[in-house]
Amino acid sequence: MKTMNHHFTSKVLLNLLCILLCVVIFAPLFWIILNSLKTNQELFKNSLSLPQVWRFDNYAKAWKLGLYKYFGNSVLVSSISLCAILIFSSLLAYGLTRFKAKGVGIIFIIVLGGMALSEQVALVPLYKMLKALQIYDTYFAVILPYIAFRIPFTVFLMRAYFISIPAELEEAAIVDGYNSFQIFTKIIVPISKPIFASCAIVNLNFVWNEFLFANVFLNNKAIQTIPIGLMTFRGDLKIDYTTTLAGLIIASLPLIILFFCMSKQFVRGLTAGAVKG
Amino acid sequence: MKTRKYVPYLYMFPGLIMVLFFVYIPVLMNIGYSFFRLSSYSAGATFVGLDNYRRFFTDDTFPVMLKNNGLYCIISLIVQVGFGTVMALILEGSAIGKKMRGIFRNIYFMPSLISLVAVGLMFTFIYEPNVGFINSLLKAMHLPGKAWLGDSKLAIYCIIAMSQWQFTGYITLLMAVAFQNVPEDYAEAAAIDGAGPVRRAVSILIPQAKEQLLVCSIITVIGAFKLYTEVYSTTSGGPGNSSQVLGLFLYQQAFLHDDLGMAAVTGVFIFVITVVLSVLQLKVTRSGKD
Repeated sequence: MKTMNHHFTSKVLLNLLCILLCVVIFAPLFWIILNSLKTNQELFKNSLSLPQVWRFDNYAKAWKLGLYKYFGNSVLVSSISLCAILIFSSLLAYGLTRFKAKGVGIIFIIVLGGMALSEQVALVPLYKMLKALQIYDTYFAVILPYIAFRIPFTVFLMRAYFISIPAELEEAAIVDGYNSFQIFTKIIVPISKPIFASCAIVNLNFVWNEFLFANVFLNNKAIQTIPIGLMTFRGDLKIDYTTTLAGLIIASLPLIILFFCMSKQFVRGLTAGAVKG
Repeated sequence: MKTRKYVPYLYMFPGLIMVLFFVYIPVLMNIGYSFFRLSSYSAGATFVGLDNYRRFFTDDTFPVMLKNNGLYCIISLIVQVGFGTVMALILEGSAIGKKMRGIFRNIYFMPSLISLVAVGLMFTFIYEPNVGFINSLLKAMHLPGKAWLGDSKLAIYCIIAMSQWQFTGYITLLMAVAFQNVPEDYAEAAAIDGAGPVRRAVSILIPQAKEQLLVCSIITVIGAFKLYTEVYSTTSGGPGNSSQVLGLFLYQQAFLHDDLGMAAVTGVFIFVITVVLSVLQLKVTRSGKD
């Protein structure tokens, strides 16, 4: 009986710890949401109180004041980058794993080595290169580096997954007269859905939120993405705290919603590989 | 698979070219730049040998940056990797109901989906001395507030705390997935032998997931030396230079002081640290696979 009691107490304590951690995560967010629904005067009077009137129009204001433009730019940049990352990486990982070609070992090391090279080290030369190529301050100034910098890690994840696909599937397809491209599109890609989902979330998280390249390579306000937009937004609004807070929440919601819709697929795709970055 | 010889290379070509052109070439160029005095407004460059390196290592902010990046690294290892792993063990243990496991895990992961800039701006409000969340809470408890980000002794710790809030759940998720991959019969056999949950964690789960644990540690250390956005969006390195870090210093040298050579040297310094750590990470991951 004594061990039963002991077991029960530790169970309760551990559950409490988990709930406490949820509180630590939610408290600041809740405070931000609460104040995004007030007037600035209310916020200054007491930031811990509930709003007298729930001002959802702060959100409309933030959206109309320019957030919609940054939002559109981010959707454009992210979708092009993400598609290209997934296509280039899956083709590269396919070429690396499903053939016996000479030099594959070296190519793999070169690609994987890219994971060790950080964005900051390339920043200054990329800035000069993009200017020389006359694509500085265009959407491509961030899209091209995003694609290139995300390929190594995505190939790393996809390769591990492709290796685990049994060769018998392809042998049967060859008997049916499929060529290698048909095998790729009709067999490999469909059974690799979980890893595509994981890679999509991880990469989307990167490109949607990327700040360093966007800050340096996008000067024109009309084409800036959300993270840069948020910085300028705050500068423009100065002391209009509540509208800025509403803007921060609008900018953060899409990925959170997407993750909660895809979290099952996401976790399934994360096999033994390391996913962060 | 039997195909024409050039076919596999066709698949690899586009991705490989992108990586070589936009990752490798700029990084190599950066090493070259570090030996020159360069400006972004003029095309010319003067060879100065190791002078940029001498200036970098004798700069007053160099020890400050080392301290700040180092502090960020050590605290992140303890909180994100250490505490994050403990939380993963708790989530995968028998104390938490099956349904709640997934819910807790996703909630902990959620902050890492918010952009670094948004988190940075949110926390400047939270740390704000007059109406901010923390000082308002302290006031409600009749405790004195502080200037948090405006205090040169506290600023870097406030930024570090913010990052722990954001990323501990990330490591928890990665480690939870790793623990799920440990075959269940191992733990069952140990339980039959009378091993308690702590014993099972220490002698079975952690050793089985040690590869992932090492990878998480290295990723965290590398992240600590690439630190930039968090500082840019909160203190911009201030007050004074008290929260300056390598990544932000690089940016400021290049785009505020127009000293591209100095920025390049900072890049080389970050390059050396991250490459050494990454090679270590690859060794760890590959040794587990073969």
